[in-house]
Amino acid sequence: MCQVEEEYSGPLEKTSLPTVSKKCMKCKESTAVLIIRVGDAFCRDCFREYFVHKFRAMLGKNRVIFPGEKVLLAVSGGPASSSMLTQVQEGLSRDAPKKLRFAPGIIYIDEGGACDQNAEEREKTLSQMEAIFRKTGFPYHIVSLEQVFSLPNSVLEPVSCGPERPGSSYKAAVDQYLQQKEVNQRQGQLATEEAQDAVAHLSVQASQVSPEHKQALEKLFSSLKTLTARQDMLQTLRQHLILHTARLNGYSKVMMGDSCTRLAIRLLSNISLGRGASLAVDTGFSDPRYGDVVIVRPMRDYSSKEIAFYNRLFGVRSLFISGLGTKTSDKASIQQLTESFVIKLQADFPSTVSTIYRTSEKLHTACPPQTSGAVAADKCLLCLCAVCNKADAASASHASLISERLSRGELGMEAKIDPASCCPSGTLDPFSCQREGQGCGEGGSCTAGRAPAPADLKSLLCYSCRLTVKDMAAEDTLPPYITSEAEKRWNRAQLKEEVREFLLEDEDEEVG
Amino acid sequence: MITSCSQGSIMAVPIAIHLEFGGGAELLFDGVKDHHVTLPSQSEPWDMKQLLVWIRGNLLKERPELFVQGDSVRPGILVLINDADWELMLVGRFFSIHLGELEYQLQDQDNVVFISTLHGG
Repeated sequence: MCQVEEEYSGPLEKTSLPTVSKKCMKCKESTAVLIIRVGDAFCRDCFREYFVHKFRAMLGKNRVIFPGEKVLLAVSGGPASSSMLTQVQEGLSRDAPKKLRFAPGIIYIDEGGACDQNAEEREKTLSQMEAIFRKTGFPYHIVSLEQVFSLPNSVLEPVSCGPERPGSSYKAAVDQYLQQKEVNQRQGQLATEEAQDAVAHLSVQASQVSPEHKQALEKLFSSLKTLTARQDMLQTLRQHLILHTARLNGYSKVMMGDSCTRLAIRLLSNISLGRGASLAVDTGFSDPRYGDVVIVRPMRDYSSKEIAFYNRLFGVRSLFISGLGTKTSDKASIQQLTESFVIKLQADFPSTVSTIYRTSEKLHTACPPQTSGAVAADKCLLCLCAVCNKADAASASHASLISERLSRGELGMEAKIDPASCCPSGTLDPFSCQREGQGCGEGGSCTAGRAPAPADLKSLLCYSCRLTVKDMAAEDTLPPYITSEAEKRWNRAQLKEEVREFLLEDEDEEVG
Repeated sequence: MITSCSQGSIMAVPIAIHLEFGGGAELLFDGVKDHHVTLPSQSEPWDMKQLLVWIRGNLLKERPELFVQGDSVRPGILVLINDADWELMLVGRFFSIHLGELEYQLQDQDNVVFISTLHGG
């Protein structure tokens, strides 16, 4: 390696420089066409085999997708998700006994409203995407981002996890499925299956975007002051839309096309954004935080180079759709900065991304004990990750709350500044206490019909969502399902606080 | 296996190159993905380094820093020469990998593809 930096100053002939053609490291016969990882050269056919095999191995290793299950593929049009779509198509069409066995659907979210695209660009993109989806033959759902304004509150309600299906039952499920299929074939039920398939292939189109929703979306995104907050909010809204569509149509799994490179970038930027607590679910293979719908990331082992090459060499169609971060400078947002950092480092040290990836694989969530009463209060309103509510006085989030109060000039509240006493959810809301002139515990006038003060929303959010909302100029631009769910939880927490002293605690302190 | 490139490319004739841009890189070129260009003749053979300079001067419409960085392309942009990774274009065994890529000599009717794998185009 010490020869790398040496410069040869002697005159070198430029006319006929020999080129060295490398052989594929696998079959050792054909000429290599690309290098992946540090120095592995693959020829075209070996690469294709490697690529396809990796996808199926990823699904087979983590046995979370059961045969016959309905799986929603989240396709953004970009290279990774288009590649995932192709892999699923290929996997389902094989006649081999090891073919994939689930029922896919596609969801595409039209984010043009947030990215300032004009109507005709959106139309064009939509029609191109539809053409691609129709060719696959799977049922597809095209949802526009504006539809967040008509989502029901139930999207944010935490759902307890479905019964755990241990690994041993996977094999049993597969056997059962195969047997059932044989029986069906023998009884000539193929006809009804085909009819059912045909009905499922009817696409579900989103209704036309209403102008009020379009305006509301524009207002929402223009009230977010930084690009970081905008990208974060877009991500959150996208997740909610996908979740809602999956629930509405009976999908129990969602496949996202996040590549290894993208997940490495997301890991580092999440740490910078304050989402360290949910790293494992944000970047792991499966994300069970929504309970009934599990998010799965089968492309997490592919670097973006492998995906780009596969798409180019084997004709996978993908669209480039301008997003929030297109053509911005490197320092425009935390996410952009992290991306440029990781990519530049990767250029000089080709094992960067895989090292980050391997580190993320070692992260596991320590599951907190599931108590039925604490379900609603312990999850962040927006990202549904666990929130540490019993914040002790020394935690960083508590400190940031105090400094916020101090900077707003409410200095006379030292007596009330202790987490467990005044208000529920371990945060302060001196406004409400002040108004009544007495502490929350006395008199029942706290909840007497007042509009939620701004502090309400923040107390229901995790640290990083709080930062995003803090960047908003006007919180009422949030979609109604968020604000009404926030109000509901706040009222419930207030009520609980009021009757707290009358409740029998679990510990045997009070005699009642 | 060492094969020498064609001797007939003592550059007195201009060479025709097919350039393609994908993955968002085309946004910097007015959205046009396919470019058939003819590089003017010069005494020395064209190499990748000179091609990049030429692209920057003649084709790139805006934001050069999003495409080239120093002598090479911006990290995150993949380059394929005749459907093969340009990192394979090692020139001799005495150069570092990076120098090797840029030293590749272009030949007539070569196809060079630039695919951006970045978010921001």
